[in-house]
Amino acid sequence: MMTQIHGDSPETDGRPRVGLFVTCLVDLFRPGVGFAAVKLLEDAGCTVEVPRAQVCCGQPAYNSGDEGSARRIAMQVIEAFQGFAYVVGPSGSCMAMIRKDYPVMFEGDAAWHARAVALAERSYELISFLTDVRGVSAVSASYHGNATYHDSCSGLRTLGIKEQPRALLSTVDGLTLAELQDAETCCGFGGTFCVKYPEVSVKMVSDKVANIEMTRADTLLGGDLGCLMNIAGRLKRLGKTIRVFHAAEVLAGMAGPSGIGDPEKD
Amino acid sequence: MQAEGKNFSSRASKALADAGLQQQVSKLKTGFVAARARAVAALPEYEAMREAGAAIKDHTLENLDFYLERFEREVVKRGGHVHWAADADDACRIVREICARAGARSVTKGKSMVSEEIGLNAALEADGLEVVETDAGEYIVQLAKEAPSHIVMPTVHKTTEDIADLFFEHHGRHGFSERVTDAAALIAQVRSVMREKYFSADVGITGANFLVAETGSNIIVTNEGNGDLTCTLARVHIVTAGIEKVVPTLNDAALFLRLLARSALGIETTSYTTLSTGPRRRGDVDGPEEYHVVLVDNGRTKMLSGAFRPMLRCIRCGACMNHCPVYLAVGGHAYASVYPGPMGAVLTPMITSHEAAGELPHACTLNGRCQQVCPVKIPLPDLLRRLRHDQWEAGFIKGKSRWGLGIWSWLATRPSLYRLVTRFGAGVLGVLGRSRGGFRRLPLAGGWTAGRNLPAPQGTTFHAAWAKGKKRL
Repeated sequence: MMTQIHGDSPETDGRPRVGLFVTCLVDLFRPGVGFAAVKLLEDAGCTVEVPRAQVCCGQPAYNSGDEGSARRIAMQVIEAFQGFAYVVGPSGSCMAMIRKDYPVMFEGDAAWHARAVALAERSYELISFLTDVRGVSAVSASYHGNATYHDSCSGLRTLGIKEQPRALLSTVDGLTLAELQDAETCCGFGGTFCVKYPEVSVKMVSDKVANIEMTRADTLLGGDLGCLMNIAGRLKRLGKTIRVFHAAEVLAGMAGPSGIGDPEKD
Repeated sequence: MQAEGKNFSSRASKALADAGLQQQVSKLKTGFVAARARAVAALPEYEAMREAGAAIKDHTLENLDFYLERFEREVVKRGGHVHWAADADDACRIVREICARAGARSVTKGKSMVSEEIGLNAALEADGLEVVETDAGEYIVQLAKEAPSHIVMPTVHKTTEDIADLFFEHHGRHGFSERVTDAAALIAQVRSVMREKYFSADVGITGANFLVAETGSNIIVTNEGNGDLTCTLARVHIVTAGIEKVVPTLNDAALFLRLLARSALGIETTSYTTLSTGPRRRGDVDGPEEYHVVLVDNGRTKMLSGAFRPMLRCIRCGACMNHCPVYLAVGGHAYASVYPGPMGAVLTPMITSHEAAGELPHACTLNGRCQQVCPVKIPLPDLLRRLRHDQWEAGFIKGKSRWGLGIWSWLATRPSLYRLVTRFGAGVLGVLGRSRGGFRRLPLAGGWTAGRNLPAPQGTTFHAAWAKGKKRL
């Protein structure tokens, strides 16, 4: 039996071929999240590939009003992820862009619209893919700490991600999860918003930090690196010891000693 | 505080430093947000009501000419007059002419955002008329020579102490010589001052929450009863209303009243729901001698024909701003627009211009909470993004935002080159920052590092590590 991957076939040895959409922030700032995603997907019975011609989902351009550039980037993503059974990424924000916005972006172009819809239908955020598509109900990982969870806006409101990460995190050995007050309130990241309006953004993330501290958790988890870098950046600026991880890192048992924004300890 | 400054950032900066304002807006977050959530949770049919509300509005907007003409016929049938105003100047001119014909000297006003939009008070005062806002909140901002900072709660930015100071300064001539800070005593002063004004007013001007096409009625909701007195005690009642306020039937209006009270204040119904239908009839014990409705377009028909039509569903409940983390951080005056918050950021460029609205569509994280709570399901984030697109196409977005994004987009469509750059970047930043965890300062990242550390990359990119066959970092 061949174990290597066949061209455009959506399955390999009965295992669905998943194209990993790494996301630009994970690629550059937290590659560990990408490896955690690969492990979780493989544990869930998938074959994972990482198409080379991917960079970004195009959201910075799209949300700034530059739809022309956003479409060019989207076309590149659509091309790169042809033929996979699923496309999965460790971000509610990027995957909401692919699922909801790509089809809208190509409304005037029948051929590309069809391709965008075909991609959108196969695209999922990592953790909700594990629970909702692959039926994963538990992970074998341990993490010793008391965590709280921030719901990132796009994942929550566009993709309906709320219970899925909590359900899987509740099966992590040694981890307790406390609910965060105003967990559904934006942390102030907002893509380019955080650098265009730093004062307003810092006020918003400061409120988020105050709520996190109120839970007395030692760890903050979430599903989007943009929000997590924003929150971690504020926590570390304030000298807080609360550690910040992408939920995938904890679920994969790959959280390591250093959270986002912490000095490297190994 | 009336936030001043040349742009949103500088006004926001002042608002963030204003302790009184911060204390006031935080009450919105704890008070009204929780009250709305309770009111909505108590209605199992709430989602179905939202669906129905959006559908009725869409149907009405699709047939707006029909319903407006029907409304006009019904008003005229009952002895009233309908005036069509193309823009703000036109609307002000019509109201001024009605006042002049009536020989009016004093005007009482119920709360009306469209009158703020068209700048009616200034126009009437220029004619030498005395104009008195009768809604307590509007009265307070009028005394303070400010604009409302919220479409439902105009004084949300003012503390009780601010109001006590204002009344102490202005109410001496009404016989109140002591400074009081007790809410009941402050309200009692407003009532006392208003009584004189209601009876001496020649013209009463109100807004409209809904115009009912089948009966020619105007509906306003208040919690103070000032609306009733404004429209019944003066000789002439003028309604100023945007053309999108029309609904087909009284039954439809009932649905919107339920949505409005819950979304605005988290209550089941407002204290007063006032219908006015034409002037005083023979045998009526009260009511105005003349009844006028000024239907204001001011950019609305332009919206009707394009992508922004859903914005015309808006029933002005203010839920979008009560739930907007940006509004809650900076308050309404930072927007420097008649309509603040998410709905204002969409509406302002439509009723003014992209230039005048400036960066309002960008002062938003696109977090989507406003759309989630909107009682008529307006896709506010999509509309804000559409405005950004229109601004981009029209070349309003310039400088660093434009070329910075241009470089990024160019690089993002060249994966191999992008890999080289990011590998280098991750390597250098990793070496420089990993031992400390992040950067307190970094060239070109000043916006980020103003109040946050920039977490250091882990030293390699995912793609570089994956290409080497690694399975973990």
